[in-house]
Amino acid sequence: MAVKVMIPTPLRAYAGKREFAELEARTVGEALGRLTSEFGELRKHLYTDEGRIRSFVNVYVNDEDIRYLGKEDTPIKDGDTISIVPSIAGGCGQVRSSLWTERR
Amino acid sequence: MSGEARLILGGEIAEAIRAHGAETYPHECCGAMVGRDGDEEREVLALWPLVNRRDDSPRNRFSLTAEDVLGAERAAREKGLEVIGWYHSHPDHPARPSDYDRDHAWPWYSYVIVSVTEGAARAITSWRLADDRSAFVSEEIGLRAGASG
Repeated sequence: MAVKVMIPTPLRAYAGKREFAELEARTVGEALGRLTSEFGELRKHLYTDEGRIRSFVNVYVNDEDIRYLGKEDTPIKDGDTISIVPSIAGGCGQVRSSLWTERR
Repeated sequence: MSGEARLILGGEIAEAIRAHGAETYPHECCGAMVGRDGDEEREVLALWPLVNRRDDSPRNRFSLTAEDVLGAERAAREKGLEVIGWYHSHPDHPARPSDYDRDHAWPWYSYVIVSVTEGAARAITSWRLADDRSAFVSEEIGLRAGASG
């Protein structure tokens, strides 16, 4: 099935500065696999070392999040659009306990 | 990425980031930085403050959903600009990225961190994720006239 995979701005430098790639695939997993085969530097930003899609990488088929479909086994039809959309997260780490240790 | 990247912040932008961090203290604040990206430097021209979605641990974590990101991108496009990065605060913690920051970061974006100590905004720094995800690389902040460092 011919599908368009939209590449988010932060990843375009690793995909020849493309905004999208056109691929043949039967499932979302197959499409992302073909994308990362063609553009190898994308892989570490999309997948963990264990081969799972990173938690802050959101993947949609048309307007539906694949988490609510078949995840990477979600089938694709001709003309579908797969979008990769970031979530943003971070934080300073451990909360200091100084307030507790300084109270008398 | 180049180690010579530079992020330009207007005075009012830097102050708005500090103010947001002070306002939400002791919780982390967060938001989008909207502007223009160039070959050697990028400039933040507006902020899109957002709500920290980490209700469970807002003192040391922040998160923004895909919908938040899409909303920020839409707002940026309406101004003829793009989202070039994200800012957040570190309450009672240095303005240096944590391992958690790095584990969850995207390349290309500028990540601005403001340290807020006892309710007062202190140092403000900017970082970009290395191509191999091994570390953040410090990004020089250039302040426009009128900004306080």
